[in-house]
Amino acid sequence: MTDRQVFSPLRLSASGLSCGRGGIALSTDIGFELANGHALLLRGPNGTGKTTLLLTLAGVIAPLAGSFAAEGADPDTRWLHYCGHRNAIKARLTVLEDLSFWAEINGPTGMAPREALAEVGLGTLDGLDAGFLSAGQSRRLALARLLVSLRPVWLLDEPTAALDTEGHALVTRLLDRHLGMGGLAIAATHDPITLSDPTRLGVLQLERAP
Amino acid sequence: MSGFAAMLRRELRLSLRGGGDVLTLVLFFIIVGAIVPFAVGPDRTLLAAIAPGIVWIAAFLAMLLGLERLFRPDHEDGALVLLRQAELPLSAIVAAKLIVHWLVSAVPLLLATPVLAVLLAMDLDSFGRTMISLALGTPALAAFGAIGAAVTVSIRRGGLIAPILIAPLSIPVLIFGVGSITSPQSGAATLFLAALSLMAVALAPFAAALAISSAED
Repeated sequence: MTDRQVFSPLRLSASGLSCGRGGIALSTDIGFELANGHALLLRGPNGTGKTTLLLTLAGVIAPLAGSFAAEGADPDTRWLHYCGHRNAIKARLTVLEDLSFWAEINGPTGMAPREALAEVGLGTLDGLDAGFLSAGQSRRLALARLLVSLRPVWLLDEPTAALDTEGHALVTRLLDRHLGMGGLAIAATHDPITLSDPTRLGVLQLERAP
Repeated sequence: MSGFAAMLRRELRLSLRGGGDVLTLVLFFIIVGAIVPFAVGPDRTLLAAIAPGIVWIAAFLAMLLGLERLFRPDHEDGALVLLRQAELPLSAIVAAKLIVHWLVSAVPLLLATPVLAVLLAMDLDSFGRTMISLALGTPALAAFGAIGAAVTVSIRRGGLIAPILIAPLSIPVLIFGVGSITSPQSGAATLFLAALSLMAVALAPFAAALAISSAED
């Protein structure tokens, strides 16, 4: 990998993190360290708090215990992309309008929206009402949002859900390039993800809280 | 600034392409006003006396109707979580939503007010003052509505709770709104109404943003 390093040094660390919904802990004592160019896969059966952990890391849910820190993150800018299992796509906007909107309010620091659409395989559908996209195509549009604004950390919740085989390859390709640029990623997924450099990939197995 | 403009554009597109949404509000506004003569009888002097109050009640109810559209669709499809992570501050996002909410729910009501004025036998003078009072007072209704909608957005069926929260806040708007049409000191009431609107519009984006960002998804 000889990609240009785009992102400044950043270190994510969590220790003793416990997260849950409605005061009930789903997973406890989570700890990990993640540095530039590395990805962490969250594994575990349904209901072990993978989504909850991602939302906690994104700052949407307060952790029940423990701490999570990002050393080196610029406090004045947003440094993470959250890509949840809901695609946040609006019917009545065209595919290009939807993506351009997110590029504008997140800062158009990455690819141009048309370029990003071509990258995720929606290049010919830019004028279509986004409400008509299939589940897999909606997922691709949600992934394109990660490309139009550069942020070092990606939090991905089931990035391959509803995607076809080629879509799985797309997710792998996007992750490979993001890590190559010095990005970091945390992904909850049940599908196998094989990066070109397996040493970049760590696995965090979540267990049901006792 | 381009982010704010993009937010305005997106909200306008979503509202205007929504088809019948705007028309529904206008029809509701006219219907509330139109049934009054049937309920109180065709006494022109009585109707003209209560007309300002009826117009304000109809406007208040119609604006409540549009509140559901403010944050709930974004909450349901996951966009609200992403808006919280946007580079554009959440208060600016809420401000853009508030402006568009006023444009698509209050301005059509203003345009439909002449119809109600005819139905309620208003004279030209009080019709003029009604237009001014609605134009000055509806921003406050929209702003208080935005706070109520933001507080209740993460509650299922919260759409029914929001009006209960908003009603007490809206009472001063109704008092000074009607006062600026009928009261002998209508000038002072109009100024107070304008002050209420300015204050509400200035504070609501921050209050609503705080409510949204402290709610758990």
